[in-house]
Amino acid sequence: MTAYRMQIAFRYDFERPTGAGRQLFRILPATIPGTQSVQSASIRIDPDPVETREFVDFFGTRVIELVMPAGISDLELILEADVQRLAHGIGLDISAPLKRLATEIAGHRGLDARSPHHFLAATPRIPTTPEIADFAAKASHGAATAREALERIGLALHREMTFDAKATDVNTPPEEAFRLGRGVCQDFAQIMVSGLRSLGIPAAYVGGYLRTLPPPGQPRLVGADASHAWVRAWCGADAGWIDYDPTNACFALGDHIDIGFGRDYDDVAPVTGMMRLDGGQTGTHSVDIEEAPLQVQSQTPSWMPLALDLGAKARARSRRETESVAGSE
Amino acid sequence: MEPAGTETFANPPRRAVLGMDSYARLPGVPDEMLDPDGRIRPLWLPLLEHLQSLEPDKLIRALGRASQYLRDSGVFYRQYGGGTSIERPWPLSHLPVLMSETDWEAISAGLIQRAELLEMVMADLYGPNRLVAEGHLPPSLVAGNPQWLRPVVGIPPRMGHYLHFIAFEIGRGPQGKWWVLSDRTQAPSGAGYALENRVATSRAFADLYAAQNVHRLAGFFRDFRDHLIAAREDRDARIAILSPGPWNETYFEQAWIARYLGFLLVQGDDLVVENDHLMVRTISGLRPVDLLWRRMDGDYVDPLELNPASRIGTPGMVSALRSGGLTMLNALGSGALEPRAMMAFMPKLSPVLTGQPLAMPNIATWWLGGADERREVLARPERMALSRALDMGLPFDSDAPPLLAGGMQPDALANLLARAGAALVAQETVSLSTTPALIDGRIVPRPFSLRVFLARTADGWQVMPGGFARIGATEDPTALAMQRGGAAADVWIVSETEVPAVTMAPAHRGPYRRSAPATLPSRAADNLFWMGRYVERTEQITRILRARHIREAESGRGAEPLQLALDALLEDYGVTPDHPIPQGLIDTLSAAVASAGQVRDRFSTDGWSALADLEKTAKLLAGRVRSGDDAARGLSAILRKLAGFSGLVHENMYRVEGWRFLTLGRLHERALGTTASVAALTGPDAPHGGLDLCVELGDSVMIHRQRFAIATTRETVIDLLLLDPMNPRSLRYQLDQMFGQVTELPGGVMHGEYSALARAVLRCRTEIATGSPETLDSLQLSALTENISALSELLTEGYLR
Repeated sequence: MTAYRMQIAFRYDFERPTGAGRQLFRILPATIPGTQSVQSASIRIDPDPVETREFVDFFGTRVIELVMPAGISDLELILEADVQRLAHGIGLDISAPLKRLATEIAGHRGLDARSPHHFLAATPRIPTTPEIADFAAKASHGAATAREALERIGLALHREMTFDAKATDVNTPPEEAFRLGRGVCQDFAQIMVSGLRSLGIPAAYVGGYLRTLPPPGQPRLVGADASHAWVRAWCGADAGWIDYDPTNACFALGDHIDIGFGRDYDDVAPVTGMMRLDGGQTGTHSVDIEEAPLQVQSQTPSWMPLALDLGAKARARSRRETESVAGSE
Repeated sequence: MEPAGTETFANPPRRAVLGMDSYARLPGVPDEMLDPDGRIRPLWLPLLEHLQSLEPDKLIRALGRASQYLRDSGVFYRQYGGGTSIERPWPLSHLPVLMSETDWEAISAGLIQRAELLEMVMADLYGPNRLVAEGHLPPSLVAGNPQWLRPVVGIPPRMGHYLHFIAFEIGRGPQGKWWVLSDRTQAPSGAGYALENRVATSRAFADLYAAQNVHRLAGFFRDFRDHLIAAREDRDARIAILSPGPWNETYFEQAWIARYLGFLLVQGDDLVVENDHLMVRTISGLRPVDLLWRRMDGDYVDPLELNPASRIGTPGMVSALRSGGLTMLNALGSGALEPRAMMAFMPKLSPVLTGQPLAMPNIATWWLGGADERREVLARPERMALSRALDMGLPFDSDAPPLLAGGMQPDALANLLARAGAALVAQETVSLSTTPALIDGRIVPRPFSLRVFLARTADGWQVMPGGFARIGATEDPTALAMQRGGAAADVWIVSETEVPAVTMAPAHRGPYRRSAPATLPSRAADNLFWMGRYVERTEQITRILRARHIREAESGRGAEPLQLALDALLEDYGVTPDHPIPQGLIDTLSAAVASAGQVRDRFSTDGWSALADLEKTAKLLAGRVRSGDDAARGLSAILRKLAGFSGLVHENMYRVEGWRFLTLGRLHERALGTTASVAALTGPDAPHGGLDLCVELGDSVMIHRQRFAIATTRETVIDLLLLDPMNPRSLRYQLDQMFGQVTELPGGVMHGEYSALARAVLRCRTEIATGSPETLDSLQLSALTENISALSELLTEGYLR
């Protein structure tokens, strides 16, 4: 069990005062029984929104809905949370043999959020791409099980791609990033999802965070400065969903903190929606996640209603800032 | 079932009129007019007798009346192709399709059953999803359907039902049985066109229509409308029709239905969600909309939670639905029922959900995501057409024509099914029955399908008694698509007894209450304002150009200094006089027409025709006239047509807010134009003849002669064109009128206090009212121009955002 104290900040400056705007934030750590629990979470927004609401979307992600007043010239949103994450070992490979996977998928009746059926079809952001399909077929050649295929494709992709925060943006199609051989975690994840789906392996796009500082003696993980993204693949009825992080070439276990998953980036984008803008907009997004001492007093094990702390205007401590708006690396 | 009325009658001998003597059934294809023995069914005899009794010129005139009606009402649809889109006149096939009441009742019962079934499937897809869990529907088919909108799963419809207005495409097959060809549950179009077809056809055959017992359509719309009005939760809130905008191929119909039912026509931009409720931006601020009839695809409705690429939606719409602050019909996500692949499952779902087999079958369909289905198609590929599983509509309507399985090599077919089965359906190829159509003076059989509309009313589903027949352009049943040159015909349901007369008037309840004029959406006001400005600007440019051509004809090169001054004025309008009628003039006029096109629901048919005619004339003249006198005459013709349009607006338009904005646009533009020409032509360095030219541009030559016996001077020009409150072309007159209008706008005067806009108009007006030719030097005039220009900003700020 690792406890994290995290602070996530979004800041925007607008060239001219903006019209009113509605935005959705998918930034709250998820509650996953047995794996991840949220001890506390609070959000400060400055200036005060005119409306706030919270709902759970189809895939189970908690969404904060804000309507900002007209005429604001800057906006700051800060989330502070304490999260506990239990790192399970990756364990034995009990995933389905690749040959049997289609049958196991067909045997799954139901369209709940975790149903594999959602995650096979192409989406606007992750269309079918022959080059990526070829790559995935070669990389997974010889793999007997779904998990083996997952790991081989992830490792191959990690070798093939170079992490480069400047090469792509949030709307770069996976095909283009793949040709460039460069990109950030979003590109890595999208390419991998596309490759897995081309092999008939249900694959979801996961949004979340990485701990900023590594445990002593271990290297710092790539993509920890901002929201992170990785891949979740359905590996058969017994093994279920398995997370893999192609940016860091590892299974996503204790160092990853889940927000939610979906068919592509649009289902988990940290921020959706725009102000009605006349001029330009600049912004920063920062993520700080530190390991905190485990607290001993009794904790509420599951989620508490979100306290939108709308009054507090105190500025948070200094933090590292990166130049990406709602960025996902 | 064979059409009713087949009992043997003494069939009158066929006459050689209109080619009737050679009318025959196509081999193996049933015909609506002829029974299997080739005799005319009694139902059709009155129509045929009527047609044959008309002298050829009378028939042509009768058909002309129908076409004239459609032209006059500006009925059009938008045709896409080759990267462009054009408005096409409505292709009416003049002969109605006749159906007996008995036949129609059977059709209606079958379609109502199907509507109930679709409602249940919808409720399951967006609710417990039992059909998938229990194996009646393949999960991958639902999960892969882009119109199954996950964000609205679990949101119950506020009126208790998901589907409220749907349509079915049906056709009669070789055995004479009716088949459902496609389900339209998303946002079906065509009901308004059906009404227009009815009006046009009944004009062509007025006597016949009156004599026959044809079921009227109005009752269907009235009951639907009354049901919606009663369903509002907030009695002060409006009912609106959500349109994708004027570029949609059926925008005309949406505007038409909105006008017919008295609902507000809105676009995504007009709407905003505030505190869980949907509001429309109007010139009086935000006003609630309680019920939204959606005429766009569901995924475009909310860019925030649905398709992020949508530019025509309203952020927060799903949120409002989730909070129960809005009724939308049909419910979001109803497009999930439309894909062809869903038809494969309807015959099986019907007994499961309704306990009954389908009363009217749909065309035999196999979804090839299943191994059994693939085997079945491989075993007998003849008469199977393959098409995309998730496409909507009729197979022969698609962009990608269907693939005939029988025409493929067995290996290639097996390969295709193994590789892409889940993306494909196989459907039995259909050949449709024929109905008589009048083409080039002959009555010939043409294949047809019917679009039938169903609306949920207080008494449950109602079927529109009639509808909309699509008539093929050739004998080939694949030529039906309107986009490819087919035509549409009215459908008459003929009763043996008298049918009740119905009107749109609601049942009389209590004393007459005067209803206040509805408030105007800001976007509509904006378009009307700009239409006014563009029309007036067109007039000013036309006057300048005409003056220029007259000078050229009269004085040749001697007119050059004046021409230069005029060119400078034209330049301000972005017009380069490089042609006798330059493109800049046409563009300005087209901008006026485009603005008018955005508000067709609030604009009289006559006004629209006048404006469209004006544009046509100007374009025609532009390619034809020569510089000088010829062009001047052409421009005079344009001015006369402009006066005709202004007259229509002035004389006929109801004095509601819309008219005010149109008028304000014209006044404002004229105020600016007059000031600009006075400033340019009366200054100390103005060219010789400038003063007279200025009076001419201001259309005040006569009155100048009457008022001032002396020669034209700077003082007389300024007096007449700027200061004179009696001259309808003067600046003073425009400002007086503007002040009157802005004080009438919402918030114009509150407790005796003027709005910011009214104060600004009043300042300009006072300056002119207290000014004199001496004080109004060129410096003063340019300051005044700026102040007048700024009024447009204030108006926008106050009402049009």
